[in-house]
Amino acid sequence: MNQSNQKDKKDKPLKYYSAVTRAFREEMIRNENVVLIGEDVGESGGIFAQTKGLFSEFGPDRVRDTPIAEAGFTSLAVGAAMTGLRPIVEIGFEDFLTACMDPIVNQAAKLRYMLGGQVKVPVTMYTFGSGGLNAGPQHSQSLAAWFSHVPGLKVVMPSSAKDALGLLKSSIRDDNFVLCLMCKSLIGSREPVPQENTEFLIPLGKAEIKRSGEDVTIVAVGAMVRQALAASKSLSGEGIETEVVDPRTVSPLDIDTILESLSKTRRLIVVHEAMSPCGIGAEIIAQVVETDPQLLECAPLRLTPPFAPSPFAPCLEKIYLPDAEKIASSVRTMMS
Amino acid sequence: MVEISKTKALEIHCKLWEIRLFELKASELYKDGTLPGFIHLSVGQEACAVGACLALNRDDFITSTHRGHGHCLAKGADAKAMMAELAGKETGYSKGRGGSMHIADVSVGVLGANGIVGQSAPLACGAAYTAQVKKTGQIALAFFGEGASGAGPVHEAMNIAALWKLPVIFFCECNRYAELSPFDVHVSVPNVSARAKGYGFEGVTIDGSDVMEVYSSVLKAASKVRQGMGPILIEAKTHRWHGHYEGDPMNYLDRSERDPDNRIDPIQRFESDFAETLELSPDDLLSSKKKALALVDQAVEFALSSENPSSALMMEDVLS
Repeated sequence: MNQSNQKDKKDKPLKYYSAVTRAFREEMIRNENVVLIGEDVGESGGIFAQTKGLFSEFGPDRVRDTPIAEAGFTSLAVGAAMTGLRPIVEIGFEDFLTACMDPIVNQAAKLRYMLGGQVKVPVTMYTFGSGGLNAGPQHSQSLAAWFSHVPGLKVVMPSSAKDALGLLKSSIRDDNFVLCLMCKSLIGSREPVPQENTEFLIPLGKAEIKRSGEDVTIVAVGAMVRQALAASKSLSGEGIETEVVDPRTVSPLDIDTILESLSKTRRLIVVHEAMSPCGIGAEIIAQVVETDPQLLECAPLRLTPPFAPSPFAPCLEKIYLPDAEKIASSVRTMMS
Repeated sequence: MVEISKTKALEIHCKLWEIRLFELKASELYKDGTLPGFIHLSVGQEACAVGACLALNRDDFITSTHRGHGHCLAKGADAKAMMAELAGKETGYSKGRGGSMHIADVSVGVLGANGIVGQSAPLACGAAYTAQVKKTGQIALAFFGEGASGAGPVHEAMNIAALWKLPVIFFCECNRYAELSPFDVHVSVPNVSARAKGYGFEGVTIDGSDVMEVYSSVLKAASKVRQGMGPILIEAKTHRWHGHYEGDPMNYLDRSERDPDNRIDPIQRFESDFAETLELSPDDLLSSKKKALALVDQAVEFALSSENPSSALMMEDVLS
């Protein structure tokens, strides 16, 4: 089932946004209870063409445009999930999640628990977040840590087309509210993926070693995975071998894979596009230190933007975001 | 008035009493410390719950509010599991993890009371959307108060329900106070029903203390929304006898409002206005009240004799 570590000869390149369309299409064919709602998911096919063709294939009952009112249609999706549908919900930009916090945090995450296990809430909410496109403070955020703090939710961050395909399909089949935080900067990126109609699923809650190495473990999420891999390549030429771990699911977090990597490298850098305080890096480091205070041979590092909103000006956003160069330089410092 | 059988009339009468006695008992048990947490009672509003729910089919859905005991009982939830939940017992509907504000019985269409004001409306739209997609013929009814009528989710729900022609009834229990503040602090128009016009569907204001008027209004509305004609808003003017929460000193009431003689009693009204027409004898009325009392007594006994939840339950059902 999990073929993510193997490359098949028949694998064909697919773009990140097309992986979204394909995941939805395959799962909508597989289960008639899967529906898709959100702003512009219908005939228009979405801002990034991510839902192109689904309206004409599945019709207006199962692919439906909503008013621009995230709170209302998210809550509607929760009610629909409680009564037998499996809604996929698009929230255009990750920043707009703040407009629908109550249905996610107080309803979807808690209803099963509060109602004594009488209901399940199988909603897949996906949204495009993170920075790199000069979209300014209200269209560039990475809010994974906020939702990882809430029991009852799963939080997924696909860092490539292949991961988008496998993780979205698994999310749609999951009986919980799964928040898939996609990266805008990866929209047009391509990667070989297994052919259509193969049962390609990536299990939720399982990290992947994207690159093996002995010297430093870099835990990176979302678009930072590519940056970490690029940094690793140049460091390799200098004789430093890094191991890149992509948690893929940030809640529940697969800490075991990270600990296993650290037992080899004993050096840790966490890279993400969200700020440091109370973030995923803080959580990972806390869990590592709690598990074994002797595991790390030097102080761990969180490589993140400074504690400020994401600036618009291209020159400022470049300074603001971590990238391959900054990662490589941090690794060199750690190794020196 | 809509014609109903004697059996249905007795069912209405018994349910009115079951809710009244359940709420009064809960109030008593809360005062003496038996029930923990916060509870919000619907004494005085029984006609809304009973009239609305008895006009629905068993498999139709309701969503409710923090003041939801009456709605759940009226739709068919079991008083025993409800009282056990109020007492935080393992035998409660939520296994003691939800409490008064989160009672649900999905098997009779109760999708849950809800502690967040205004969320009942869009959640009901979701259930209505399921019914529409799956073509089941079911409808959903959302209870909410006039306080919630100013909340964004209610407006977003009304807009999308109208756009999608969802089989949903928005049922506003206008009980004159939202928490501690009166109607005119919360609502900018004399009647909440006026909101419907802004979204292009029908809104009516009815007497929420008259169970038969509530029953026939919801019956009529249910028939229309079931046919795919889109949502309807019903505003039922009613009276909350107790405070926002048990223990509320209700300093906001004036002297005449405090006088129990001035209370409007929906049960008394049903008995005096309809018993004769519906051929209910004094004996009939007495025996249905007794039946209600027995149900509530059994509920209390069940709740008090039930076990506290085991600690293992704390971590169950966090995820599916």
